[in-house]
Amino acid sequence: MASASLITPLVRPEFEHATVEAGQIGEVERPLSTWERLTNIEWVRKAAILITLAVIWEAYARYVSNELTFPTLVQTMQALWDSTVSGPLLERTFTSLKVLLTGYALGLFIAAVFTTIAVSTRIGTDLLSTLTAMFNPLPAIALLPLALLWFGLGTPSLVFVIVHSVLWAVALNTHTGFLAVSETQRMAGMNYGLRGVRYVLKILIPAAFPSILAGLKIGWAFAWRTLIAAELVFGVSSRSGGLGWFIFENRNQLETANVFAGLTAVIIIGLVVESVVFRTIEMHTVRKWGMQR
Amino acid sequence: MTVAHAVDGLLKPDTSAHSPLLSVKDVTLQYKTREHIVTATFRVSFDVFQADRFVLLGPSGCGKSSLLKGVAGFMAPVEGSMQLNGQTIDRPGPDRMMVFQEFDQLMPWKTVQQNVMFPMLASGRCTRKEAQERALRFIDKVNLTKFRDVYPHMLSGGMKQRVAIARAMAMEPDILLMDEPFAALDALTRRKMQEELLQLWGDTRFTMLFVTHSIEEAIIVGSRILVLSPHPGRVKAELNAHQFSHAEQGRPEFGALTQRIHNMLFAERIEEEALAKAGAAHG
Ligand SMILES: Nc1ncnc2c1ncn2[C@@H]1O[C@H](COP(=O)(O)OP(=O)(O)O)[C@@H](O)[C@H]1O
Ligand SMILES: [Mg+2]
Repeated sequence: MASASLITPLVRPEFEHATVEAGQIGEVERPLSTWERLTNIEWVRKAAILITLAVIWEAYARYVSNELTFPTLVQTMQALWDSTVSGPLLERTFTSLKVLLTGYALGLFIAAVFTTIAVSTRIGTDLLSTLTAMFNPLPAIALLPLALLWFGLGTPSLVFVIVHSVLWAVALNTHTGFLAVSETQRMAGMNYGLRGVRYVLKILIPAAFPSILAGLKIGWAFAWRTLIAAELVFGVSSRSGGLGWFIFENRNQLETANVFAGLTAVIIIGLVVESVVFRTIEMHTVRKWGMQR
Repeated sequence: MTVAHAVDGLLKPDTSAHSPLLSVKDVTLQYKTREHIVTATFRVSFDVFQADRFVLLGPSGCGKSSLLKGVAGFMAPVEGSMQLNGQTIDRPGPDRMMVFQEFDQLMPWKTVQQNVMFPMLASGRCTRKEAQERALRFIDKVNLTKFRDVYPHMLSGGMKQRVAIARAMAMEPDILLMDEPFAALDALTRRKMQEELLQLWGDTRFTMLFVTHSIEEAIIVGSRILVLSPHPGRVKAELNAHQFSHAEQGRPEFGALTQRIHNMLFAERIEEEALAKAGAAHG
């Protein structure tokens, strides 16, 4: 009964072919159509989205027709142009970027010191993970009142909160990246007689680069947000305020188009750093190396 | 003493060829984990001579990789000694180049040529020009000249292993350590790589210590085979296999040696099972 229900495979005759010349197959490779190639380019698709959004904005603002609460795209662009060419926007942006870069560089330096201590000793590892666990969830802006108390109104307070926002993200990512370097690659590096600093520079850092780069990106995004927020809070008192101060000032004067222009500037700078600076670094490193898609 | 020397000289005119290059004596290797100590190998001894293709053969987990790590200097023995050219091994160094089983041993951020050049430059053994010249020569030996400017992620598994072999050989180390370099390859590629390796050995007569768990691979690649017992690894036998290559695979002697080794490894399991049964009966 059981054997009757089991299927036996059908025995078929054997055959062998001579391989067909690849040239005779015809369509081995075919160029894509222009439309297919165009829609394969990322920026073309993104530009299409941006244009759609711009049209919606303009249409809605015209429909609402209230310059005080919602200026049109054209008015915003006009304001952006005017305050860039004849207004204080460029100077404000420059002030913000200077503070930002100072804080970012200082944050990276301290992160490097922390990570070095963490990779070389076990207590260092514990120290880093404890501090990161404590401070990473704390929004940097929450430290601003304290910073003002310690450093007074001015750049040092801003730098302090930026350092705080960069430091933990970068240190955590770098350390995690180091820990994830495979045993094989470590052994290969030591096999060539690499020790100490040369081992870190030539093996650990490049091997952990995807994770380090991710840390740098997160750190930058945190720092930029923190800075603008901090300038909104106390930019009033400093003579040469930054972008946040520009936004605050124009809101007080009910120059809503300028407020929009300031916000646009914040977005543009964020986008440029994200998609030009970091993207270029990515293209020439982790993507070229196949360590990240 | 002078007399003894003279007699020695008479008996062994070329002492360098008759004293071992690598000498492993009664080596016990252990791992300390959080809960217990794992003994990987127990009192293993063997000697590797110049131009040997010395194979460590044993089932998975018997401590072959651990022995190789010991020779490479990544792991210190808890008992016994390991000497290379009469010097006790106490740290990793470029006089012993290791080829790993894992494909990720290449540095993804360097091209094929840069990967091959890297150890020569990092160890300060060559100038940049020398390193480049040597790298090109060895890349050519493993037939990858067309791919020398390509990054590793664009290579197949077999090609990556060939780069790793070229990288190790270009250093011209005293001994080449290979940890199951072909185990993760498909059967056809593996066979081709074995042939290429033997051809390279025929050209330059380097010394290698080759780890495998495949009896067939041990007989084909090796000139001498150290058979290790299952965990913890102990020496079962040391056999000659210099007379066999792929060409002899169909021959009865090849089959006989395969069977002999198989029985050695298998006998242990039967004994163990019997012991386990006896233990169960007692308990
Ligand atoms: N890092 C480690 N920590 C603890 N035990 C290990 C470690 N590596 C290997 N072992 C143990 O040592 C024994 C030998 O391992 P290994 O040398 O890798 O064997 P093989 O290479 O012959 O397969 C195994 O029992 C394994 O579980
Ligand atoms: Mg192994």
